[in-house]
Amino acid sequence: MTSTRVLVGTRKGAFILTSDGRRADWTVDGPHFGGWEVYHLTGSPVDPDRLYASQSGGWFGQLIQRSDDGGKNWTTVGNDFAYTGEVGDHLWYDGTPRPWEFKRIWHLEPSRHDVDTVYAGGEDAALYLSTDGGQKWSELTALRQHPTGPSWQPGAGGMCLHTIILDPADRDRIYVAISAAGAFRSDDGGASWLPINKGLRSGEIPDQDSEVGHCVHRLAQHPSRPDTLFMQKHWDVMRTDDAGANWREVSGNLPTDFGFPIAVHAHEPETIYVVPITSDSLHYPPDGKLRVYRSRTGGEHWEPLTNGLPQEHCYVNVLRDAMAVDTHEECGVYFGTTGGQVYHSADGGDNWAPIVRDLPAVLSVEVQVLP
Amino acid sequence: MIRVVLPAHLKNLAHVSGEVRVEVAGPPTQREVLDALETAYPMLLGTIRDRHSGERRAFVRFYACELDLSNESPDSPLPEEVVAGKEPFIVLGAMAGG
Repeated sequence: MTSTRVLVGTRKGAFILTSDGRRADWTVDGPHFGGWEVYHLTGSPVDPDRLYASQSGGWFGQLIQRSDDGGKNWTTVGNDFAYTGEVGDHLWYDGTPRPWEFKRIWHLEPSRHDVDTVYAGGEDAALYLSTDGGQKWSELTALRQHPTGPSWQPGAGGMCLHTIILDPADRDRIYVAISAAGAFRSDDGGASWLPINKGLRSGEIPDQDSEVGHCVHRLAQHPSRPDTLFMQKHWDVMRTDDAGANWREVSGNLPTDFGFPIAVHAHEPETIYVVPITSDSLHYPPDGKLRVYRSRTGGEHWEPLTNGLPQEHCYVNVLRDAMAVDTHEECGVYFGTTGGQVYHSADGGDNWAPIVRDLPAVLSVEVQVLP
Repeated sequence: MIRVVLPAHLKNLAHVSGEVRVEVAGPPTQREVLDALETAYPMLLGTIRDRHSGERRAFVRFYACELDLSNESPDSPLPEEVVAGKEPFIVLGAMAGG
């Protein structure tokens, strides 16, 4: 029988939650790296026992951990994240130039094809690549050195490269998203980049047609339709069907279209999930009700999913990397909150239950289905 | 041998439980001690000093003999008691975070 492993990164360590394929009873293992921020913990599609963790903290900086046995044992690998070539400036919050300065790794994206190849998204925004299991990292400089780079500005959470999608159909195609520069696509393995933000409308910037400056919170893709991407922007839920050349809004009847994560059902490419959050100044759900919204029509028409989720006095947030789906026959959906709960639904979102309630604030959730 | 006390997070990272001891090649200085420490425990690279500038991380402090050596030159000689192994060179995380 298959089993299920949920990888959770939190403000104070990493946790590994395991269950069988029924996903009814769970074992909680952790904390790993207790006291450290784990922005992301994820596994290789090639070998699910190869895990990578981004471990960081204000005192002692950035580390990368690797496990080759599904999280039982960990090895510290490389943490030399350098900006290659001329560092240059981006814009600071006050509009003045500021040199790029490395702070942390937000997201790790292992290759679909090679267990030792993994990409890392950094703050200040940069994309790194390791081809030796995380021992050595090199920057794919063309992204940071894009002609628009000097005009990139951080969002409230920092100028972070938080989303990396390695296209399942084209090995040379990579999508990334940066707060608050926008979304970018490479069709040559990262050697050059194209801003893909046409159609985004962002009230926070003066020029609505600006090539960059949009605060993209998260991108999601279904592997069967690689040219369709869904986006949770600062405000607005968007979709593209031409690999980012044009975006259109699909917020429809959502109670608010502000939020952070967005995910696609594992078997239904037009079924998507978001967690509406009241606003950018009120980082909690509307009316104190934690509701996942599901669209079975690729957006526009949304239904609230509430069964098993708190429907009063709930003021947690769900961060951009903290939602995931599994690939069981009946798709499971998972998300973690800033209140330390990890919820899951084993039936595509109809019914929810907490796996664990009192972890530190959850930064990331990933899920693996193991043979 | 120079005795070095690490903060709990770095002890965990280095898989050590108590003090560590390092041997330095030249006259004992902060730089020599930290170089030897990072050679013996490469997982500590970047956690005490910036990997590129070599400067002490902002929220790391160095104490010895009831003195704050954090802002001393990394090439200044360490106190004789540290060199003699009577007192440890202490690396710790600064009070921060409220």
